[in-house]
Amino acid sequence: MSSPTPPTIRLQIEFSGGLELLFSHTRKHTVNLPSTVPNSTRPADASYLILYLRDNLLKERPELFEEKGTVKPGILVLINDTDWELEGEGEYELKDGDEIVFISTLHGG
Amino acid sequence: MAPKSCALCKKARAMLKRPKTGQQICRDCFFFVFETEVHNTITEAKLFSPGDRVAIGASGGKDSTVLAHVMKTLNERYNYRLELFLLSIDEGITGYRDDSLETVKRNQQQYDMPLKILSYDELYGWTMDAIVEQIGRKNNCTFCGVFRRQALDRGANMLGVDHIVTGHNADDIAETVLMNIMRGDIARLGRCTSIVTQGEDTIRRSKPFKYAYEKEIVMYAYFKKLDYFSTECIYSPDAYRGHARAFLKDLEAARPSAIIDIVHSGEAFEVREEVKATQKLQQTCQRCGYMSSNTLCKACTLLEGLERGMADAGITDRARKRLEAEGPAPENLRTIPFFRPTTTPGSAASTVEVAI
Repeated sequence: MSSPTPPTIRLQIEFSGGLELLFSHTRKHTVNLPSTVPNSTRPADASYLILYLRDNLLKERPELFEEKGTVKPGILVLINDTDWELEGEGEYELKDGDEIVFISTLHGG
Repeated sequence: MAPKSCALCKKARAMLKRPKTGQQICRDCFFFVFETEVHNTITEAKLFSPGDRVAIGASGGKDSTVLAHVMKTLNERYNYRLELFLLSIDEGITGYRDDSLETVKRNQQQYDMPLKILSYDELYGWTMDAIVEQIGRKNNCTFCGVFRRQALDRGANMLGVDHIVTGHNADDIAETVLMNIMRGDIARLGRCTSIVTQGEDTIRRSKPFKYAYEKEIVMYAYFKKLDYFSTECIYSPDAYRGHARAFLKDLEAARPSAIIDIVHSGEAFEVREEVKATQKLQQTCQRCGYMSSNTLCKACTLLEGLERGMADAGITDRARKRLEAEGPAPENLRTIPFFRPTTTPGSAASTVEVAI
């Protein structure tokens, strides 16, 4: 008997500022994220998304993306075009259809 | 979380938290305060006079792209009456600079500014690709940095401009302050926070983004959907700056005002007269006429080392002595064209070929 697939939420993810190089050189991705963190009842939040992206979508040099459970300092995050610092950062609870943008500021100008 | 309204207009939804102040503001108020702060930086430091010809050092990256956009906006809004140009240096790095120059060419169309591209190949007879092929990936940033500085001055001279503005932001300056402290480079520490620098016969250089946070520059580019190029230089290890940068970003994460605080600390340092007195006097390079603190400028020294197959001669004293022991530079040595500063601004402009 197969277990039912867990419910997921569909997110639009975009990487820029050089971060796309870590993600198959592709800027835009659609991700189906489990709506709760596995083995818990915690709803999927931005912190979980970061770890999920690191483990499932990132192709190289994870240390340039994730550090201590959040994004590496110097990476900006926008949730539906708003600075995630106004949305509770990692504690933001993701909703179906959310658009999350990660921009590295670490590349030269 | 309930959406918050903008701390400035009290109407629109806040979309950004300002790192400098912690204020939560909307997109339109952000554009306005960001541009106004740059305008205030420009007017307080009296950077320009009406009629000035100003080159924007353009790499195609985020800082210079936003700078070109903001300079154009402010020039029109406040009627600075500046003539603006884009000046790009082509280091000759395949897969990096050739791509970013495409961005600059699009900027030229988007901002309707004349563009001048000067290449290392044209000026020095060497591309960075060729240099790295000869010397490997150690010290290549030294060549690139020394060559770029002189190339920018020479490009500006060819354009007949009075002034070069660069996209250095508050984060870059704070990083440089930290690096100079860590290296004990007191002379540079004393001047690295200056908004304007000008040598004897070089062109005025300034940094209108001196107080602008990188976060805000990137947000500005994102919200305005500006077209910029972002890939790290393929040859750049620049490990030392990388450490300073990582440290600074950690500080910023803990306390966002740290960046502007370090810039202010740097400004407050005063270099003692005895320390200043040990700094070398400026002279002109005997070989190429560019400003120098020795009889040969750094670029000529590096170039001679490359040409004579002893590339580290420009890097270490020991290698320099070894080169000198081999005798004087051969007659037919490739050199940099002699630098003749434009005396009257604008006089060189008619002879410039502006790239399309």
